[in-house]
Amino acid sequence: MKSLSKIRIILILFSVFLGIVYAAPNFFNSSLQNNSVNLLPGKKINLGLDLKGGSYLLLKADMEVVFAEKLESLMSDIRSSLRKSKIGYKKLNVKEDFVSFQMRKGTSVEKIKSVILGIDKNLIVKNNIDIFQIEFSDANKQKITKTTMMQAIEIVRRRIDETGTNEPSIQQQGTDRIIVQLPGLDDPSRIKKLLGKTAKLNFQLVHPTILSEDINKDSKSPPGYIVLPEDKNLDRFYMVNKRVMVSGEMLKDASPTFDRNNSPSVSFQLSPLGGKKFGRVTGKHVGRAFAIVLDGKVVSAPVIQTQIFSTGQITGAFSVQETNDLALVLRSGALPAPMIILEERSVGPGLGSDSISSGKIASIIGLIAVMFFMLITYGVFGIFANIALCCNIIFIIALLSMIQATLTLPGIAGIVLTMGMAVDANVLIFERIKEEFNAGRKIVDAIEAGFQRAISTIVDANLTTLFAALALFSFGSGPIKGFSVTLMIGIATSMFTAIIITKYLVLFYSKKKDINNILF
Amino acid sequence: MKLLRLIPNNTNFDFLRFKKIAFIFSAIIISGTFVSLLINNLNYGIDFKGGILLELRSNNSNNGNIDDLRNKVSTLNAGEVSIQNFGKETDFLVRIQKQDGDQKQQIAMIEKVKSVTNKDYNVRRSEFVGPVVGDELKTAGMLAVSLALLSIMVYIWFRFEWQFSIAAIIALTHDVLTTVGLFSILQLEFNLATIAAILTTAGYSINDTVVIFDRVRENLRRYKSKDHYFIYNKSINETLSRTVITSVTTLIALFIIFFFGGAVLSDFALAMIWGVLIGTFSSIFVAVSLLTFFNINKGDKVEDQPNVPEYER
Repeated sequence: MKSLSKIRIILILFSVFLGIVYAAPNFFNSSLQNNSVNLLPGKKINLGLDLKGGSYLLLKADMEVVFAEKLESLMSDIRSSLRKSKIGYKKLNVKEDFVSFQMRKGTSVEKIKSVILGIDKNLIVKNNIDIFQIEFSDANKQKITKTTMMQAIEIVRRRIDETGTNEPSIQQQGTDRIIVQLPGLDDPSRIKKLLGKTAKLNFQLVHPTILSEDINKDSKSPPGYIVLPEDKNLDRFYMVNKRVMVSGEMLKDASPTFDRNNSPSVSFQLSPLGGKKFGRVTGKHVGRAFAIVLDGKVVSAPVIQTQIFSTGQITGAFSVQETNDLALVLRSGALPAPMIILEERSVGPGLGSDSISSGKIASIIGLIAVMFFMLITYGVFGIFANIALCCNIIFIIALLSMIQATLTLPGIAGIVLTMGMAVDANVLIFERIKEEFNAGRKIVDAIEAGFQRAISTIVDANLTTLFAALALFSFGSGPIKGFSVTLMIGIATSMFTAIIITKYLVLFYSKKKDINNILF
Repeated sequence: MKLLRLIPNNTNFDFLRFKKIAFIFSAIIISGTFVSLLINNLNYGIDFKGGILLELRSNNSNNGNIDDLRNKVSTLNAGEVSIQNFGKETDFLVRIQKQDGDQKQQIAMIEKVKSVTNKDYNVRRSEFVGPVVGDELKTAGMLAVSLALLSIMVYIWFRFEWQFSIAAIIALTHDVLTTVGLFSILQLEFNLATIAAILTTAGYSINDTVVIFDRVRENLRRYKSKDHYFIYNKSINETLSRTVITSVTTLIALFIIFFFGGAVLSDFALAMIWGVLIGTFSSIFVAVSLLTFFNINKGDKVEDQPNVPEYER
């Protein structure tokens, strides 16, 4: 404190220099970036979607649907395991969230349990005398969720990439959610449409004698058959065989095209294995209608004319855009779970740039007003506080750029607010100096005591504010998180600038000027 | 140059004399808050209750007005709809309740609004929040506020005596409650940004309280022979200049956000302006006044005396 350590002064100057260097790119237009700005090490602040425009989507994978599907396949696993072990059973079926069956007399319960746990040791097997009930444990569900989410994120990414959106960000949030951020895209309706389809494509045979004209949604289906609605006309139904002959997983490629009648359609190519299967089915069932089922709805059900192998066409009442989208979702693969949009926020580029300019204006006016007030209140010392304030803003901008935190509109408010609150530390110090001086100390002693005694107050006061900012950070999402980050950075930098930079300026001044009277 | 002096040196106001009036005032605004919450509830934004929000700007000065927009949207049978001007004559905020059915209906409604308005209006912003997310955000918001209050209380308890901690937390709860009350009475939209404003207010208010408490602690040691009443008043007076100057600089910044920061931030700034005013009031008239109900030991029990220079002890 007593001496102005050279090393410390150099360190302070160096940190200010670094701050300026890292903050600098933000003050140049991006058009100039190619020349001089490239020499600078830092990047620009990462603007939030509310400032640069774009869309934010919060998706949830509908895991209930997945669990139900997995339960179906668990049932067939159980069936084949029981058969393999030659265990008699009856009434094997899926109820709400478990598989149940009744064992035949004379089988050992323990044996059945060990066979079923042989499928997956985490399954929960309960039995009430001869009725068995098998359900997924939490471990099973977690595992299913994990793999589903990995696949889902991959498929979502592929679909969005295919639309050519710039720099999309796709992240998992929590256990079953996905955050999609699409900068620059203010109308995400196409993306939503693309993500709204799971795009499970199946080829299933239609019942040979029960015609669409004769059935409605309540029609009773013969064993092995199911009533499915038509995609474009939900009042028309088909009696479709439950067995999936060929599925979308065997698809190699799909592209939009036009059929013979020149109406838009999608042509597809199957993998070698799929082609072989397709050939076998179509060869055996010439003359029968073959339903193309997409997400549980019949797109069309053309009659098989001849045996077809690896390539085919999906026709239906499509528009060109629809065939483009259908081809895209088929190429990218089916989503393992339906996606529910929980939240959507889109900001157009106009609003974003308006927000930036009003944020800039508010910052500049705020800065000037606070500096003016400090100047008329504290005179020369006010100038020191103002220098510290400017350094503070440079540091905030530099740190935001360095850690590539996202600056949002509330974040800009946070910076303006910090300007008002940052001077608090200096106010505390100056008021203390004034008090000490008025209590009869010499000016140099008053300055020293003022700094020393104000610091504990400053630390207490700022730490408590930091708790509020931390609480905001831990709970906040998107823009609010951005606000709390700027607030926290502002608290940290303002303590540094207000205490250290101001102190050195004041000390330097009091040494040079040899002041005897307080200036405020 | 003559410098500005908002508060003269060595003031000696008897702040604690107004203790009763201040308590009555606080009691009134807090009961006002509860009454208003019972009658008006809060005007929850879509962040918390779910629903659809669109910000539109008219691109045709003749047709683009609020009645025209209301007519257009009313053809959609969207249920509860609120349309208001937003910042500018040409800008409008359209809020639509959550539609019956699943997410598809919500998305379809956004598209419908876009299609009936797209001739005369540009969509500047569109938001849709599902009710599940809304409930989660509500819980998270309450959790954040409680967490902040609790951690601040614990910190003050460690740094000061427990009596300070209780007084501070009551003052802080007072500020948070009345800020919520302000939103209820004025029926301002209560959204995520409001929670941010409330927590920042809490941060500001506690900052202010801590500064005064710090001085109280110091003076309790310094003036062992004087009574508490004198010490509390003296502490408030000694820090008064700082209290006022910091409030003024912060208010300057907030008013500038309010007037120049755009419509999105104006409610946020308003909440904070109230927060700074009530926070300053409560630091003096609630927090310090509450200390008078405790008989805080001078010296002996206050073990912790960091950063007080040797020559002062």
